[in-house]
Amino acid sequence: MSALALIRSGTPQGAQPFERFVLTAEAWAELPAALLAEPALALLGMWAEPGVVHAGFLDEESGAILFASAPAEGGRYAALSPARPGAIRFERAIRDLWALVAHGAVDDRPWLDHGRWGIAGPMSGNPAPRPGAEPPQPEFLPVEGEGIHVIPVGPIHAGVIEPGHFRFHIQGECVVRLEARLGYKHKGTLSLMLGKTVRAAAAFAARLSGDSTVAHGWAFAAAAEAALGVEPPPRAVALRAAMAELERIHNHLNDWGFVCNDAAFAFPHARCGFLREGVLRACAAAFGHRLMMDRVLPGGVALDIAPGGGEAILAALAAVEQDIPSLLRIYDSHASLQDRVVGTGFLDPGHARRFAAGGFVGRGSGRRFDARIAPGYAPYDLLAPAMAVEAGGDVDARVRVRIAELRGSIVLVRRLLMALPEGPTLAPLPARAGEGAALVEGFRGECLHWLRLDDGGLIRAVFLRDPSWLQWPLLEAAIEGNIVADFPLCNKSFNCSYSGVDL
Amino acid sequence: MLWPRLVRALVGRPLTDQAAAAPQDTVVALGERMAASARVRLGRSLSIREVDSGSCNGCELEVNALANVAYDLERFGLRFVASPRHADVLLVTGPACRNMTEALQRALDCTPEPRWVVAAGDCAVDGGVFKGSYAVEGGVGAVLPVDLLIPGCPPSPAQLLEGLLALIEAEAAPGQK
Ligand code: SF4
Repeated sequence: MSALALIRSGTPQGAQPFERFVLTAEAWAELPAALLAEPALALLGMWAEPGVVHAGFLDEESGAILFASAPAEGGRYAALSPARPGAIRFERAIRDLWALVAHGAVDDRPWLDHGRWGIAGPMSGNPAPRPGAEPPQPEFLPVEGEGIHVIPVGPIHAGVIEPGHFRFHIQGECVVRLEARLGYKHKGTLSLMLGKTVRAAAAFAARLSGDSTVAHGWAFAAAAEAALGVEPPPRAVALRAAMAELERIHNHLNDWGFVCNDAAFAFPHARCGFLREGVLRACAAAFGHRLMMDRVLPGGVALDIAPGGGEAILAALAAVEQDIPSLLRIYDSHASLQDRVVGTGFLDPGHARRFAAGGFVGRGSGRRFDARIAPGYAPYDLLAPAMAVEAGGDVDARVRVRIAELRGSIVLVRRLLMALPEGPTLAPLPARAGEGAALVEGFRGECLHWLRLDDGGLIRAVFLRDPSWLQWPLLEAAIEGNIVADFPLCNKSFNCSYSGVDL
Repeated sequence: MLWPRLVRALVGRPLTDQAAAAPQDTVVALGERMAASARVRLGRSLSIREVDSGSCNGCELEVNALANVAYDLERFGLRFVASPRHADVLLVTGPACRNMTEALQRALDCTPEPRWVVAAGDCAVDGGVFKGSYAVEGGVGAVLPVDLLIPGCPPSPAQLLEGLLALIEAEAAPGQK
C-alpha cells in the first residue's frame, strides 16, 4: 500500500480543515517503508500526547495536507527517521517531552531535555521526579581524520542573538562538520497551554518566536477557529494579512542589513535598520505595538487599526520602496560583498526537498512552496501573491528571495489597506469540542499549528511547529566545506528561530 | 552608488532622534547602590553584554534596534561588547530558563566588578507568561542579583535607553556612600 493510502485507511477524526487518521500500531509500523517508496509525501512535523504519536504530512503532488496518529503501545512507536531525516529532531523531542521512544530511530540522544528540569517526561501524564541529578554531559557526533580540531561556541554567543551551542569540527580553515545543540530556551510553552481557553493560550502562540508573533498568532487563531467552526470577520482577516506582511517586511529588511553587516559592509545595515525602524513605528501607530504582538486573537483581531495608522504605514513603506533600488545597486555592485555571499553556504536543492524546508531557505534552493499560495487561505486567495524562487541555493539566493518578497509584500499591504472591508473585527467563540489545524506563511516559512479542544472548549492537546524545525538541520549541511569565518553569514542567511523550536 | 550617498549623509541632517532624559528617581536609587569608588572606575561609559536567558527573541529585536541610527546608543557612551569579560553591564532578557542557569551564572562570574545586572522585559522581570513552568526558574532575579528592572513586552528601544541612561547618570551623581 502507498503511504498515502496507508494513512487514509485509518479512522478519520473529523479534524478541520485537514483530516487526521488514527492508525493501528501495526499500520503505523508500515509507514517508514511506505514513505521510503514515496518521496513526494513530505513530513511536516511530529509530536505526541500521552501514549499517542502524531505526524503531519504534505503531499507535494496534490498539495493535500493530512495527519496520522497511532497509539504508542508500551511507550514505543515505529520511528519515521529512517525514511524522513526531518523526523530526527522531532523524535528526540517527543522522547524528552512525552517519554515515548521511537523504535529504530536514527538518533536517540536527548534534545530538549538537558537534565535540568527536575522531572523527566514533563508532558507524559506522569512525569518522573529526578531531583538533584547531575546534568549529563552532551554527546556529539564523532569526527575522524587528521588535524581535526573542535571549536565549541555558545550557548551564549558574541552578538545580540539567541542562545544555542554550535560544535564545529574544523580541518584547517574549513568546517568538516557542524552540529547544533539547542533546547537552552525550552520554556515548557506547550504544557502551559494545556487546559486553557484558546483566547488565554493565544499569548503563548504569540510568544513562540517574537519575530514571527503575527504569523504564529494567526496560525494558532486559524487552527482554533477551524476547531470551533468560527469564521473570523472579513475586516479582521484583512488586518491580519496586513500585519503579517508588515512582519515579513520588517524581518526581511533586518536580515538583509545583517547579512551585509556580517560581511563587514556597514552601509546597507545602517540603511535597512533605519527603514525598518520607520516601519516598526508605523506599526506602533496603527496597531499599538511595534511588533504587533497579541494583536491577532482567535475570532479576529484585538484592535481595529487606529485612525491615521494606514497613512503612517503607507508613508513608511513608500520610504522603503524608494530606497530598495539604490540599496540593491549597492549590494550588486560591490565585489567585496558579492565575493562573500555568492557561492557561500550552498544548500543542495535535494536536501531542501528531502527536509521539506519552507520559506526562503527552501525557495532559495528551488523548492516551490509558499503556504499563502497552496494550500492557500483568505485573503491570499484573492490577492494571489507571486512566489519568489531562486535556484542558486547560496547566501545570495536566499537574500534575493527575501528582496523579491519585500517588494511583493509592500504591494500587498497597499492593496489590503486600500480595500479594507467594513464591519466588526472580533467574533465571539463558542465553548465546545473540536479539532483544527492551520498553515500560515510567516517570514521564515510556514507555521503549522494543531490543537484539540474538549467539550468545555479547553485545550486538550496542542502543537506549534515553527518552520525552523526543518531548516536548522540544513544549516549544518550548508556550512560543510565553508570557512569558519563564513559561518555568521550562512547562519544569518538562514536566520532560524531558537525559541521557535526550543518550545 | 555608495559614495555620493555617504557624502550626502555627511552634510545632511542626522537621522538620529533627540535623546530623552533619564528618570531622576531611578537615577537616585541606582546611585545609592553604587560605591563612589566604582563610580570613578566606570566613568560615563558602559560596555554592555546582552545575555538571552530564554526570551521569545522579541526582546532581542528591540535591544538590537537600540544600535540602529535612530537610537544610536553609542553617542551616550553605551556599547555592546562580545564577552562578559569586557562588560560593565549584563543586560539579561527572557525568563530564567533552567537549561540556561549554568550559562547565566558563568556569564556573571566572568563579568568583572563593579558591574550592573539589568533584567529587561516582563519575562526577565518575573518570568512573565512563562512563570510557573517546570522549565523556568522565574525572573532573572531567581538566578542573578538584579540591579535594575525594565518592564515591557518587549520594552521599546526608548524604554531600554531610558533605563541604560539611568545607569550612566547614577555613575555621574555625587557619591552617596
Ligand atoms: S518580555 Fe515579551 S518580548 Fe521579551 S522575551 Fe518575554 S515574551 Fe518575549
